[in-house]
Amino acid sequence: MNTAFFYALVGVGLFFLGLYALIVHAHLLRKILALNVMGCGVFLVLVALARRTGEAQPDAVPHAMVITGIVVAFSATALALTLMVKLTAATGRAELQSDERDPH
Amino acid sequence: MVGVFGDIPWAVVLILLPLTGGMICFLWPGMAKLAGAVTAIAVSLSVAGLGCQLLAHGVYHHAVGGWGAPLGIDLTADGLSLLMLATTALVGLGITVYSLAYFHGEDMVRFWPLWLFLLAALNALFLAADIFNLYVTLELIGLAAVALAAMPGGRDALSGAMRYLLTTLLGSLAYLFGVALLYHGFGSADIAILAVRVESSAVVWAALGLMGAGLLLKTALFPLHFWLPPAHASAPAPVSALLSALVVKASFYILLRLWLTIFNSLAGEVDELFGLLGAAAIIWGSIQALRQPRLKLLVAYSTVAQIGYLFIAFPLAAGAAASVWGATAYLAISHALAKAAMFLAAGNLLHFGGHDRIIDMDRVVQRLPLTAGAFALAGVSIMGLPPSGGFIGKWLLLEAAVIQGRWDLAAVMILGGLLAAAYVFKVLGYAFTAASVSHEPQFVSARMEWSALLLASGAILLGFLAPSVLSLVDIGSPFGIMEVRP
Amino acid sequence: MERNRWLLPLLLTPAMGLGYSVLSLPEHAQGLQHLVADKMEVSGVSNPVTAVLLNFRGYDTLLEMFVLLLALLGVWSLGGLSLRREAASDLVLDTMVRFLVPVLILAAAYLLWVGAHAPGGAFQAGAVLGAAGVLSLLSGWRCHLGLAPLPLRLALAAGPVAFLAMSGCTLLIAGRLLQYPPAQAGILILILETAATVSIGVTLTALFLDKQHPGNKDQT
Repeated sequence: MNTAFFYALVGVGLFFLGLYALIVHAHLLRKILALNVMGCGVFLVLVALARRTGEAQPDAVPHAMVITGIVVAFSATALALTLMVKLTAATGRAELQSDERDPH
Repeated sequence: MVGVFGDIPWAVVLILLPLTGGMICFLWPGMAKLAGAVTAIAVSLSVAGLGCQLLAHGVYHHAVGGWGAPLGIDLTADGLSLLMLATTALVGLGITVYSLAYFHGEDMVRFWPLWLFLLAALNALFLAADIFNLYVTLELIGLAAVALAAMPGGRDALSGAMRYLLTTLLGSLAYLFGVALLYHGFGSADIAILAVRVESSAVVWAALGLMGAGLLLKTALFPLHFWLPPAHASAPAPVSALLSALVVKASFYILLRLWLTIFNSLAGEVDELFGLLGAAAIIWGSIQALRQPRLKLLVAYSTVAQIGYLFIAFPLAAGAAASVWGATAYLAISHALAKAAMFLAAGNLLHFGGHDRIIDMDRVVQRLPLTAGAFALAGVSIMGLPPSGGFIGKWLLLEAAVIQGRWDLAAVMILGGLLAAAYVFKVLGYAFTAASVSHEPQFVSARMEWSALLLASGAILLGFLAPSVLSLVDIGSPFGIMEVRP
Repeated sequence: MERNRWLLPLLLTPAMGLGYSVLSLPEHAQGLQHLVADKMEVSGVSNPVTAVLLNFRGYDTLLEMFVLLLALLGVWSLGGLSLRREAASDLVLDTMVRFLVPVLILAAAYLLWVGAHAPGGAFQAGAVLGAAGVLSLLSGWRCHLGLAPLPLRLALAAGPVAFLAMSGCTLLIAGRLLQYPPAQAGILILILETAATVSIGVTLTALFLDKQHPGNKDQT
């Protein structure tokens, strides 16, 4: 196992660590951070495996995909944080009510 | 004449046009309504242009940048893409007309650029032939949809939008992980190339699991539907219509595409699971719809149920791919038209009475006959009664189920139809009677009533167009691969 | 917390399956590296990542500019994220910002330029520019520079509009979306990247403008 696979496995670990945190934590900021950790895991897998060319140059296409992915993740985070701030202002809590079925 | 227009790359126009329209709305908010209306009409005409092109020359390819896959990104349009694009254009046109009368002032400035960018993203998604490009379009759709759903700004809308955003991001990340695995496993992100190269291996199974789970979450298949009712019910009426009619179909379209191409050779086992979840969605969604006190929640749960029908096709497809997938495509487009009409009608009732409690509806049939008619016609298609698009789709599916001896699936489909009839008639029943508490009715613009009615009539009209629509879908035989490689 | 007990094993199983499938990938794989290297000559730049982003997969980047704009529209639609601080002006922060902002702008320009042949490019430059903007906002700077809403919107739109214009032109001239003539590819990419840098930098800053909406002219 070379370093490319080591980092890719770390990426898999980050993905599931983020997923665990996303499910366990109720606070929205933690959920948003958890999604970002998951995203970092995927990006790490993408760039780590791009090193398998066996040459000095890694595969450039996954690198470009990750740059695109980072911009997307950033945009989504900005929107999520704004939503969280407004939701906290409206409900007084930075959490999603579990009892969404019957909104009064 | 055909020669001149035949050379125009309509597929590309379909992406650039709404992007430009949205940009104009963003830069000059005063022109938002005009730009929105012109864009919606021009997009419909471009879809017609693309349709003529496909009829004349078959499948359309466009190698962006001139590179071609695998280095570059390709755009592809076959019959299935065309059908989805046409549905988007038609429903979009109806929603545009409705929104012209619905949004005013500040809301108008916020709505139009978001909607036109969403339209562009939907078109780009239906034309994409590259799994990473699909990811970007998915995210465009997700962000636009969440921003639109959050527009009312109240507690319900904000928490619905928040839940929607977290869910859609999770779904996209799972999908992206699958893209990473497929790219690194087979050295391309192009669907056609991957379909040739992919063979059963741990990587493909992992990608199938991740992409499948992510897309099911975004499509809101039971039991991953929890986010849909609050988000769809608390959004403004035209936005609810967009979300239920088009946005949910987008992720379903990707799932169907991947299953027909990349995962075609190994998805057999998963098909039964999809059928099971689809059946559960039909029963659960319909029962929940029946129990809802509020009209928009009822319509939203009806979407959960109708999504189930789309997944019933997976276990049946092994037997008769082309007709079953044709039926599914038919169901998807008739549901898009009917559900958009239902949400717009619900929006009219909400605007009219200031609430959407079903039992407190006050003689709406007499006072808003067009809206009540729209709801009833849409209901006919949702129930699957003839003559309607919903009937054709459900009939073809039922036929396939009976021929293959799948009585369990047939029974669920019939039960789903009965339950749908129950919740549609529940609404219509209260629409005829006077409420105990009468209220001051608000004026509902004719445009809002007519756009709902026309969309509902479209869903009915589809019942008469089955042969021609089904032959259009078959351009490039998107479902044909199934039969070649069972 | 009862339900979290089975959550861990439930997540560990797919995690291990995924880890296994990652390890099952071949030790060496070229991906598209050779194809990229073959076409570098005609891409107009010598940094492979920039070539992929702006040329081979330029269409993704076109859509990505709109992802960023959509996020801003979404944030503005919700009323914006305010950075307004009640605290009195901070001498250390102010002094640091005064020194840092010009350096950051220079660094952004360098990153933009160097992106053609080494790591760097529009996104990195835009991020640095955005950092300069956010720092300025933190130290109390507001749009006093006469940035009326329309000029601000034009700056935000620079990147997407440049991409749209390029799409339209290439479609009309070459008949293909974003197909650059190889001789001019370098300069066209630089134009696109410059516009994108401005857009990204301004967008990152504008996310924190506590203005209600671009339509409102009462706030400065």
